[in-house]
Amino acid sequence: MNCILETQGLCKEFGAVTAAKDVNVRIHKGEVVGVIGSNGAGKTTFINMVTGYLKPSRGEILFNGQSIIGRTPRAITRAGMARSFQVAQLFPQLSVLDNLLIAVSAAQSPFPSLLAPMRNASRIAQADAILAEFDISRWRDTQVTAVPQGVRKLIDIAMALIGDPQMLLLDEPTSGVSAEEKTALMDTVMRVVAQHQVTVLFVEHDMDVVRRYVSRILAFYSGEVLADGAPEAVLANARVQEFVTGGPNAHKRAAQ
Amino acid sequence: MRLSKTELILLGVAVLLAAGGVIAPQWLVFLLTMALAKAMVVQGVVMQMRAGLVTFGQGLFFCVGGYAVGMSGHFLNITDLALLLLIGVGAAVLLAMLLGLLMTRYREIFFAMLSLAFSMILYGVLVKSSALGSTDGFNVKAWTLFGWTPASGQAPLALFIIIVACSGLLAVLLHRYSRSSAGMMCEAIRENEVRVEYLGQSPRWVLYMNYVAAAAVSALGGGFMALSAGHIDPEMAYWITSGEFVFIALLGGTAHVAAPFIAAILFAVVRTYAIELVPHSWQMILGFTLLAIIVFLPKGLWSLFTGQARRAKA
Repeated sequence: MNCILETQGLCKEFGAVTAAKDVNVRIHKGEVVGVIGSNGAGKTTFINMVTGYLKPSRGEILFNGQSIIGRTPRAITRAGMARSFQVAQLFPQLSVLDNLLIAVSAAQSPFPSLLAPMRNASRIAQADAILAEFDISRWRDTQVTAVPQGVRKLIDIAMALIGDPQMLLLDEPTSGVSAEEKTALMDTVMRVVAQHQVTVLFVEHDMDVVRRYVSRILAFYSGEVLADGAPEAVLANARVQEFVTGGPNAHKRAAQ
Repeated sequence: MRLSKTELILLGVAVLLAAGGVIAPQWLVFLLTMALAKAMVVQGVVMQMRAGLVTFGQGLFFCVGGYAVGMSGHFLNITDLALLLLIGVGAAVLLAMLLGLLMTRYREIFFAMLSLAFSMILYGVLVKSSALGSTDGFNVKAWTLFGWTPASGQAPLALFIIIVACSGLLAVLLHRYSRSSAGMMCEAIRENEVRVEYLGQSPRWVLYMNYVAAAAVSALGGGFMALSAGHIDPEMAYWITSGEFVFIALLGGTAHVAAPFIAAILFAVVRTYAIELVPHSWQMILGFTLLAIIVFLPKGLWSLFTGQARRAKA
């Protein structure tokens, strides 16, 4: 498989705090990778560095073989790596359709037109199509502030997907969503990303969600990659159990 | 160019206003001309408000437009109105292209204060320039239009008709801009700049274009003000003048392109009558007016129309 994203010796320090320490990761095209780790393990720092929000203190990030160190988030987005956020980043005072139309317009050109209307038939058709794919068409004309949290998460991911990225980074796609809604939400997300043939890397705390959808797990602890491999192997790893999942039967105990 | 219903209404109102000017008393024609000139500057303020930025220094471009018109007549002997306005707008665009490189780095109070600082720098330069009349300013030469010189009595009405026509066209253009990708992107930036960046769009570039366009519109207002009043002085760049534009913007609201025009006319009427009634404390009347608007119509006068529309739908 071709490598789409590679980090080499990636480090990030905030003063005396080390948020990422010598992170070496290779993500291949078509993979669905889960990133796990306790709070402060460096998961979001990793995503923020890879998407250009944070500049690494040291190390290299290659996307499709090209260095993306020092590039702006928008340049990285345009290169084909999109992201969603732990807290859905939307335009709350606008309708769901306008949110998506802005995403369509931004994907079409970095220089928005000054006089041509944003709402045109082809953009509306594209926005409607992605709403239908995520099964949220009934919220089309609702203002975002009136939309439930789970739907906001889907809109956030839909906006990231509109530019047809090669890789999608999802930062805790189920955070803030009720336990009952999580599976339905992730089923929808994974069905749509599979249709779009996108490589996915997602941060998640819920081990049931991780087990269900990923082909590989990266376990972070204290800024380092503690384990990297198939889900069964990583979750059976003694150090992962000790520092990340909280013991071999932690999730069962939690369920009880 | 196909016009929408709103655009046809805007142009229709402009035609009615221009026709009304023919029978209106001269004092009203002058008051409306000044109000429309100010409304153009306020449009520049509103364009930036829609992007989440409040400027306390739009007087800068108002003044640049006015002084460019005045100086072109005074030093270059140019009297053609169209050319004078073009020079005014061009000067403001060039200045905005330069200042915009810095301004678009800042947001919130920092943007507001920096805009204020630049307008006050211009004010400081002008009050020290004896060649430009210092604090007194100087008179602007009478204008012509494509070789036609209006008779002394005709000039105010002719200028009124021209400014109404320009206001109508400007309203249509700004209405289109507010619904364009760039206009909607401004709203998106106001709502969530980080998301705009992660959609692959440069917020700074969008804000830069918006800043330059707002400067052009405001300079047009400055040019008309100079031609209408026949005089320019450094007060055009003073912070109180800029504050007045923010006042009118709040009065009208940002929801529709017609709002600044309505607010500017109302402001001119209220101020005229306030000065007439209480010459020494007319500012108090304006203060109470703004207070009432903020309390009862926080989204400005335009919410009266949208509220009615909503009730009619219900």
